[in-house]
Amino acid sequence: MTHASPTTSAAARVRARLSTRAASLVALLIAVLWTTPTFGLLLSSFRPKDEIKSTGWWTFFADPNLTLENYQEVLFGTSSSSGRLASFLINSIVITIPSVLLPLALASFAAYGLAWLNFRGRDWIYIGIFALQIVPLQMALVPLLSFFSEGVSVAGIQLLPAWELGDTGRFAQVWFAHTCFALPFAVFLLHNFMAELPHELMEAARVDGATHGQIIRRVVLPLVAPALATFAIFQFLWVWNDLLVGLIFAGGTAESAPMTVRLAQMAGTRGDEWQRLTSGAFVSVIIPLVVFLSMQRYFVRGLLAGGIKG
Amino acid sequence: MRRLAAGTIGLALVVTGCGSSQETPQATGGGDAASAECQPYAAYGKHPNTKVTIYSPIRDKEADLFQENWKTFSECTGIKITYEGTGEFEAQIQVRVDGGNPPDLAFFPQPGLLARFAKAGKLKPAPPEVEKLTDEGWSPDWKKYGTVDGTFYAAPLGASVKSFVWYSPKMFQENGWQIPKTWNELMTLSDTIAAKGIKPWCAGIESGDATGWPATDWIEDVILRDLGPDGYDQWVEHKIPFNDPKVQAAVDKVGAILKNDKYVNGGYGPVKSIASTAFQEGGVPITEGKCAMHRQASFYANFWPEGTKVAEDGDVFAFYLPGNDTSSKPVLGAGEFVAAFTDRPEVKAMQQYLATADHANGRMKLGTYVSANKGVDLAGAQNPIDKLSMEILRDPQTVFRFDGSDLMPAAVGAGTFWKGMTAWINGKDTKTVLDDIEKSWPKS
Repeated sequence: MTHASPTTSAAARVRARLSTRAASLVALLIAVLWTTPTFGLLLSSFRPKDEIKSTGWWTFFADPNLTLENYQEVLFGTSSSSGRLASFLINSIVITIPSVLLPLALASFAAYGLAWLNFRGRDWIYIGIFALQIVPLQMALVPLLSFFSEGVSVAGIQLLPAWELGDTGRFAQVWFAHTCFALPFAVFLLHNFMAELPHELMEAARVDGATHGQIIRRVVLPLVAPALATFAIFQFLWVWNDLLVGLIFAGGTAESAPMTVRLAQMAGTRGDEWQRLTSGAFVSVIIPLVVFLSMQRYFVRGLLAGGIKG
Repeated sequence: MRRLAAGTIGLALVVTGCGSSQETPQATGGGDAASAECQPYAAYGKHPNTKVTIYSPIRDKEADLFQENWKTFSECTGIKITYEGTGEFEAQIQVRVDGGNPPDLAFFPQPGLLARFAKAGKLKPAPPEVEKLTDEGWSPDWKKYGTVDGTFYAAPLGASVKSFVWYSPKMFQENGWQIPKTWNELMTLSDTIAAKGIKPWCAGIESGDATGWPATDWIEDVILRDLGPDGYDQWVEHKIPFNDPKVQAAVDKVGAILKNDKYVNGGYGPVKSIASTAFQEGGVPITEGKCAMHRQASFYANFWPEGTKVAEDGDVFAFYLPGNDTSSKPVLGAGEFVAAFTDRPEVKAMQQYLATADHANGRMKLGTYVSANKGVDLAGAQNPIDKLSMEILRDPQTVFRFDGSDLMPAAVGAGTFWKGMTAWINGKDTKTVLDDIEKSWPKS
């Protein structure tokens, strides 16, 4: 930090160079290149089945031919497994909302406790939670599955019973799994934000007679709102797009499977119905897109807050 | 925060409430409900309020038809059947079994995978009724694939014939070409067609992660013909090395077609275009008159453009990929096997029902389906190609062998063999490719 002035000027120079017209043009070009495949997919999703399979999307311009058939088929297809994305969409929402709120709630409490309560071993616990982030999710799948289906027993003594869930009860498994996998990162992120809050605020609240519960609710949570929003968006996109956890813990039946699982099955046993994936992809992207656009403000603020702090 | 608290309470409610969650039984097996309809299912007994879960790689339309077919069985016996189809069967079944959450029944498309679970002691041996049905319905060739170390575990379900060459009956008739009866006739015919200025063969082996598998089928078909059924078994079990001169000769025999620029790739371009053409589209040029023959399994009937008539007098049909001579009829094919992870009475009843010819007949009525069961009524076949497949499968002259890449260790059968064949099409020479595959065979 001693060479603060040269770095700022270097940054300023980079900034000046990046805001020239040529740089903007390059950025625009990259953006167009980047979006072209998505645009092609979007266009394909409106083309008739036979054309999708036989010609590229660019031939659309020579021979425009639009249809909503693909959307009709994937959303409301009549057979019990072709399409019907509409009902899987509900499953995805049912899975996603608690899977975002649960870790958010637990992590806020944990982060507050680790940042502002003084107890022995606090730092070690924090380091332990932080370190858990490096455990790959895949390693925990089989143990977690047997935890659900067989319970926990040590040396023949049953400590926890099996969950014995029905079809829809499987949602609870998915919530539990997503919450477990999200907590280390959530605690880490929120702890960093909460630890940055000034001491004076807490002391003032304490002097005014606020309990820890009131401090969390009235002081801490409003101040870390951008961080909460950032984590919520990350977690939302992660859970919404997740296939692995959903496939293993929610299963593949229409009662509980999320949309990603359905999308993966939709091309048919031999992959010959792959044209459905074009419209399926766009149906699955609508809700995350709405969430992202409506919360974009927090997202950018959260990223900036993190950046400045470091 | 209030919202969060509500979420947590909701979870608690769901968790505690699950024990009592209701599963509406399909029917409690009342004797008065459509007793005539239930007559054929009386032998399976009543199992009110029971549930059987099935895990399978078959999904989408075909899965619907299966479920529709066993609806009456389910209503009459009171067994609720939960069917789950997945595209990740091979990996998922392992995770579910390891996690203590296996399905009751699984449809295994690979006997090799089935054998692995059987050897690990996870599978229940098939009940005697199922074994009896299998002995009656299927040839010993089929039963062998459901048997591991002398114990019979799984009865076959569906089947597909891979030794087929698709062609256009119209094109053949107009030019006066005859369907070849031996391999030599096939090669002579190829030359005749090539002399007319039409590329005789077209192929496509692109299939995402599994790119290359259609080429491995070609090789397997020729090895089955040249080395004989016993030689084929030895090759699959790695008693004959992958780079054995005999295997090399067989691969070169395929190369005489697939790597011959005079013969391929009708409608698409030079030899290398085979690697980039999707297998679903491999045979389509036949309908455009740009290609004469396409070797692919019976299920290719589903891939023709809409409006293509699949029949002996239609737009496309298939003939049996000929053997070296007419005395024997080696057939390469595939299918599923129904294995049980549990042995509750309702699971056994379901397993038994799936092994009957009645199940196959019912399934066939609903949509395209092939069963190797000899008791199946051929008149019920949905289309001529299904019928031809079943005729070939039950022909006493037929020697049936399962797709070898499904029997080999996955590292080879679903890995280096596919990749090696793709590299081979792309110009690598036979010996290098076979040496590489040989090296990749797991040592244990």
